[in-house]
Amino acid sequence: MKLQKSTLLALYSVLEFACRPEEHVSAAEIAEKYGESAHHLAKVLSELVRAGIVESVRGVGGGYRFVGNARRLTLLNVVVLFEDPAQELPAPPEEAGAAHEVLAGLLAEIDQMVTATLGSVTIATMVKAIEQGRARTLPGV
Amino acid sequence: MQKSKLAPQRAGAPRRKASPSPAAGPAVPRIRGVKAADMAQIATLDATVTGLHKAAYWQRVYRRYGVGSQGQRHFLVAEMDGRVCGFVIGEVRDWEFGAPPCGWLFAIDVMPSARQMGVGALLLAALAQRFRRVGVNTLRTIVASSNAMIQSFFRSQGMRAGHLLPLEMNLEAEQGGLRSEGHGA
Repeated sequence: MKLQKSTLLALYSVLEFACRPEEHVSAAEIAEKYGESAHHLAKVLSELVRAGIVESVRGVGGGYRFVGNARRLTLLNVVVLFEDPAQELPAPPEEAGAAHEVLAGLLAEIDQMVTATLGSVTIATMVKAIEQGRARTLPGV
Repeated sequence: MQKSKLAPQRAGAPRRKASPSPAAGPAVPRIRGVKAADMAQIATLDATVTGLHKAAYWQRVYRRYGVGSQGQRHFLVAEMDGRVCGFVIGEVRDWEFGAPPCGWLFAIDVMPSARQMGVGALLLAALAQRFRRVGVNTLRTIVASSNAMIQSFFRSQGMRAGHLLPLEMNLEAEQGGLRSEGHGA
């Protein structure tokens, strides 16, 4: 599946914040790390704030902080804020008939697997995997 | 039987203490092999979760996985304060679907009152340990795609999509439609 740029940026941002729950992470740091414009990132972050996943703290030492429930929040919860992961087939030509029906059924199968997978992975599970990955890459670990 | 509905713990929520005794601290479930005397509690646990009483079924499962395990089949229970609060059942299957011997987990359940205490994780780890002892290094299971909770539990324990893909068909709908000249079969 191909996620939109905003969705990917949202997922990366949520994971960055969730991996450092005690810190206020600046938007500039995220924008630089993922090579995105601050303007685009600001739109994404405001959506995450609106959804109650992160909070923004203004002023010196401010930034963004993860305030969601990492053990309940799934990747799907974040994805659906930006796009519908289910593919909608464009209306077929009249002659398509059964072919359209069969193709739509197959795509629905794929969507079901994508949705089930995204809906089963919590942010806590992702953070754990990221931390384990970091530990493996440390010298001597 | 139904796969466990193990809800992930709420972030920030204190872990519930399993023991009322502050001196002893939270009770740690003991994982051990099933005994005949456990079966009534297991049938009750299953009925609590699924709403179905299947006493005869559980006796068959006990005969196959409890007394007849022979090192390849495992029926483990978690015991806390003298009561069975969870169980896991699995077995080593050889060359099924052309795959080298692997461990299959086909049931795991935890009493609703004992959830969010790590009982499921302990049961899964104990089963995995037994599989490792006989040289098996892959653990498999199958879950309903609609059951996000049990999927989340397995994911949180490190499981991910494997290379086998479950397929099924509605035999009534396909009656008369099956072709003998199927692809590659």
